[in-house]
Amino acid sequence: MKRAVFANRWLPILLLVPQVVIIGIFFYWPAIHALRSSFFLQDPFGFGETFVGIENYTSLFHLPAYGRAAMFTVSFTLLVTILSLSIALLFAVKADKVLRGAKTYRTLLMWVYAVAPPVAGVIGIILFNQSWGPLTDLFKFFGWDFALGVNYYDTAFAMVLIAVWKQIPVNFIFFLSGLQSIPKSVREAAMIDNRSASGRFWDVTFPLLAPTGFFLLITNITYSLFDTFGIIDTVVKGEPGNNPMTLVYKIYVDGFRGNDLGGSSAQSVILMVLVLAMTVVQFRLVERRIHYT
Amino acid sequence: MTTNTSPRRRLKLSVVLDHSVLIIGAAFMIVPVLMLLQMTTVADLINMKTGPSLMIGDQLDDNFMKAMFKADGFAGDNTGLRMLINSLILGLGFAAGKIVLGMMAAYAIVYFRMRFATLAFWIIFTTLLLPLEVRILPSYEIVQKLGMLNTFHGLIVPLIASATATFFFRQFFRSIPEELVEAARIDGAGPVKFFIDILVPLSQTMIAAMFIIMFVYGWNQYLWPTMITTDEDMFTLVRGIKQIAQSQEGTTLPEYGRSNMLALIAILPPVLVVVFFQSWFVKGLTESDK
Repeated sequence: MKRAVFANRWLPILLLVPQVVIIGIFFYWPAIHALRSSFFLQDPFGFGETFVGIENYTSLFHLPAYGRAAMFTVSFTLLVTILSLSIALLFAVKADKVLRGAKTYRTLLMWVYAVAPPVAGVIGIILFNQSWGPLTDLFKFFGWDFALGVNYYDTAFAMVLIAVWKQIPVNFIFFLSGLQSIPKSVREAAMIDNRSASGRFWDVTFPLLAPTGFFLLITNITYSLFDTFGIIDTVVKGEPGNNPMTLVYKIYVDGFRGNDLGGSSAQSVILMVLVLAMTVVQFRLVERRIHYT
Repeated sequence: MTTNTSPRRRLKLSVVLDHSVLIIGAAFMIVPVLMLLQMTTVADLINMKTGPSLMIGDQLDDNFMKAMFKADGFAGDNTGLRMLINSLILGLGFAAGKIVLGMMAAYAIVYFRMRFATLAFWIIFTTLLLPLEVRILPSYEIVQKLGMLNTFHGLIVPLIASATATFFFRQFFRSIPEELVEAARIDGAGPVKFFIDILVPLSQTMIAAMFIIMFVYGWNQYLWPTMITTDEDMFTLVRGIKQIAQSQEGTTLPEYGRSNMLALIAILPPVLVVVFFQSWFVKGLTESDK
């Protein structure tokens, strides 16, 4: 700690109280509650509960539906992360390079940041409308009978596309600011050493962007896991049925619709552990980045 | 590499390529929303038959009036205007609350010698490990027990604690030269006076940057309002969007004009904020998330 200037005893506590109280009531209490419920089996009609140990967890791993959701979540996360990162990187490199209209391009490529995920989902539903959706028509032209909400893989495709559309702006902003922070002297030195633009990109720019890339990797995984809830919910129109769904959506469906509090809590705890692991990785990377620069 | 093309010509070709990529990218982002807009200008009957097209009709203001003032549902309270006001309350309350709490906590952590400083830091830090989505059910139960369903404080308060805002201001306060505090102390300023008269004015840009991020974040909340509000007069635009989309299904004449207009109204305010205050927004985003 660098400084400690005021010696007041009660003021800092008073300043921290509101935040800490809210965290206690709305973060710790629910989290502990979820942890506890995950070891109990609740009566669906509210008549008490029985301690079942880790049964909620073991039964999850035997449920084919959970395995399917987990598989979907992994592929969904990978696809969304890889696609939105690489497309955004391409746009950022080009936007950093052009001289004319750079500001206009920047605005046009980043404003979608402010569109809410469920609204993006609604736009997707229209694009993929069964009878006249522009994208449905386009795919039909190539012989693909796209059926949103009916065919598992078609629905998954639409979810990935919408999620990528929604995520490109954030990645674009970070990549662009990463590119712009590369010192001019480094660029000029690279110009002298390496004539080919693609050579310069892979040998100089890309490694310098790596810290931003690592950071974005974690951000994108978190986004794919959690923030896509609104997209999934609108695309499946609140009827999960046989549609693909992510693990987070499944917590909601099982807990709220299925009234399976124990199972839903066990799923919550598993995800909390996952977030914990990712945050640890993220902070390790941030630490390492400080040593680079 | 071809040697017979002059460097000048190669350069031109690559510039054309760069612009093509950017134009395709910009179109990819904007065309879906232009499609929404086009559908609000034509009659619902045409929309139902042909879907989006290049035709510009004359129904825009008609659909706008319907979206703003027509209500449906049981109580008939969820007009677009009502939802717009609710969204504004949520977005502004969210942003203001997070900034006030975040600045207070950061001030306490950076400027005071305190026994529990590290503990407080960790309490706030661990909230990053508990996204709302993994603790929805118990959170809902607690809010229900406290009788906060269908209220604005039930919508805002549970989400108002913010590690992001706290760390953002902590980082900024640490970058302020120490001499400033010493000078203020010599001039006889106490901790409260220093905070209000010196630190807050100094943080203006930071506050603006954080405000934009948090306003958009609050406005776009979906899961929490979906659970907490069941009264239609409490719906926000983003909360109401699913109902609106579902009303497009299974009716004899879906109101595409009205529902797309509502989607546009839900998009417009946060987009305008982000576009107009772009430099603050980018600053807030790139400096807070690290």
